[in-house]
Amino acid sequence: MSDHVTEIVVFTLLFLLVSGMGFVAARWRAPQNMEHLDEWGLGGRSFGGWITWFLVGGDLYTAYTFVAVPALIFGAGAAGFFAVPYTIVIYPLFFLILIRLWSVSHRHGFVTPADFVRTRFGSPTLALLVAITGIVATMPYIALQLVGIEAVLKTMGVTGESVIARHAPIIIAFAILAAYTYQSGLRAPALIAFVKDTLIYIVILVAVIYLPYKLGGWGSIFDAAQAKFDASPAPGDGITLNANNQVQYITLALGSALALFLYPHSITGVLASKNRNVIKRNMSALPAYSFLLGLLALLGYAAIASGVKPITDPATGKVDSNTVVPLLFDMQFPAWFAGVAFAAIGIGALVPAAIMSIAAANLFTRNIYKEYLRKDASPAQEARVSKITSLVVKVGAVACIVFLDPQFSIDLQLIGGIIILQTAPAVALGLFTRWLHRGGLIAGWAVGMGLSMWMLWQIPNAATGRAHFGGSAFPLSDFGFDTKRTIYVGFVTVILNLLVAVIVTLILRAAKTPDGVDGTTRDDYFADEGDPRIDRDVAATVDHTSST
Amino acid sequence: MAEPETPKAVPAARSDRSPWNWLLVIPIVLPVLTPLFNHDSPRLWGFPAFYWLQFLFILVGVATTSLIYQMTKKR
Repeated sequence: MSDHVTEIVVFTLLFLLVSGMGFVAARWRAPQNMEHLDEWGLGGRSFGGWITWFLVGGDLYTAYTFVAVPALIFGAGAAGFFAVPYTIVIYPLFFLILIRLWSVSHRHGFVTPADFVRTRFGSPTLALLVAITGIVATMPYIALQLVGIEAVLKTMGVTGESVIARHAPIIIAFAILAAYTYQSGLRAPALIAFVKDTLIYIVILVAVIYLPYKLGGWGSIFDAAQAKFDASPAPGDGITLNANNQVQYITLALGSALALFLYPHSITGVLASKNRNVIKRNMSALPAYSFLLGLLALLGYAAIASGVKPITDPATGKVDSNTVVPLLFDMQFPAWFAGVAFAAIGIGALVPAAIMSIAAANLFTRNIYKEYLRKDASPAQEARVSKITSLVVKVGAVACIVFLDPQFSIDLQLIGGIIILQTAPAVALGLFTRWLHRGGLIAGWAVGMGLSMWMLWQIPNAATGRAHFGGSAFPLSDFGFDTKRTIYVGFVTVILNLLVAVIVTLILRAAKTPDGVDGTTRDDYFADEGDPRIDRDVAATVDHTSST
Repeated sequence: MAEPETPKAVPAARSDRSPWNWLLVIPIVLPVLTPLFNHDSPRLWGFPAFYWLQFLFILVGVATTSLIYQMTKKR
């Protein structure tokens, strides 16, 4: 531990600096009255281009991505680079969707995707399903942020023998995070995101210039990786794709892209922006992060070239491949710079963790508490329930890491991405058409979920020797095709989900089953900053709109 | 659809429709056509084609969304 003192000191100082910022954030762009969910949970719906860029970027590109994607490249090669097409495709895919979601949410005061579904389809049941899916998918995602911090702590040698000693730093970090999120709401991650991204940009720029210089240029880095994969017996690795994993690469990129903006925390970041133009502009500015992600991913190859051996956990005997990038920095850079890099990853975990816990708390408050437990809750009561729920969510995430195998969180997150995809027909398609019947959407959701679980159950993991939930690549031979190709589970199940939704809709329409009432009007989907809000000046506006 | 009696006359039929939006198809389709770029050569600064082409696609994405934003911006 003694040889990492400089790193630990730099890490701790930067960590304390951002924690201070987190508490001060409550006073940043301060509203008259913080006791409203719009203020605590959405930063007053007032963020401009720059803040939104940092907030949404800090939200989508998480600590886990920064350690796990390079780890995947380190282990499997080109297949891990799916993260780049995935983050290219997202923005054009959601360009037209998100502005509509923003507009209708602005008009009606929606805070969560389930709020929208509730009003659009007039179905509290469907909204509840969307809300629960969102909460279940978000929880392990928060836990994964802790996995990111833990990889850094392990590399610095901050580990202990007992369960408590091993996890004490994370528990402390999360206690601080919980305290300032409670106080400042979405303003805290928005402010901290500036520091996080500045650090990450500095670190990565230095790394991609300095590392090739030390390791003999990018050409020899790629050659070293190719040599490693040539020597390994695994069928899917290499610095380019092979015949067996191309379909997987494409469907995983597309499926993950579709899932990303359905996550409640991504939507929180989008709804916090002040107008439609901010969102549109960000759809073209956010890919700057994809560049960063791609470069970071390639550090997995740099780690191969410099001979990194991932840390083996002495307690369990398992190799933790997530330690690859932290180890690379530890080996190749002076201690103070490695400390900065570790802080960047650590702080990079706090921003998304804060936003995710806020999003999950908002879902509980709006779509469970207010819908089922206390229909007449005032905005101040909503804000209070959300603040407390955000604490509970974080305690739950820490418990996942401390008491369960972190591998379990990784499995859960894999499932999370696939189940959140099942909300696509209701949330994303619902923004464009109301043709699908609420009963059809519920049926599609149920079938999609069922098939997802069955498919994931079938997938073993050769590397860890587990028989189920070993990955998201489903062998097409299990469907009876004579091939070695695999396909992304979420891609298959969301298509089936939609198919079922369409068929059941046709049946229900033929049977003249009553459909819910659409609480939105066409013009709601084009509202912009300055347009009247229906929930604010209730009576007058509702009279107008109900006649259309 | 029109609401002539609405006092604060928001223009009746607002829309996001624009032929420019079709350009969005390019950055969605290009990155998933793996046979197009799944090659080692030609290399650029040591990067195999598979990698530098995908970095290039990021720029294609930025260029198309920026163009569409400029062309459809509310004035």
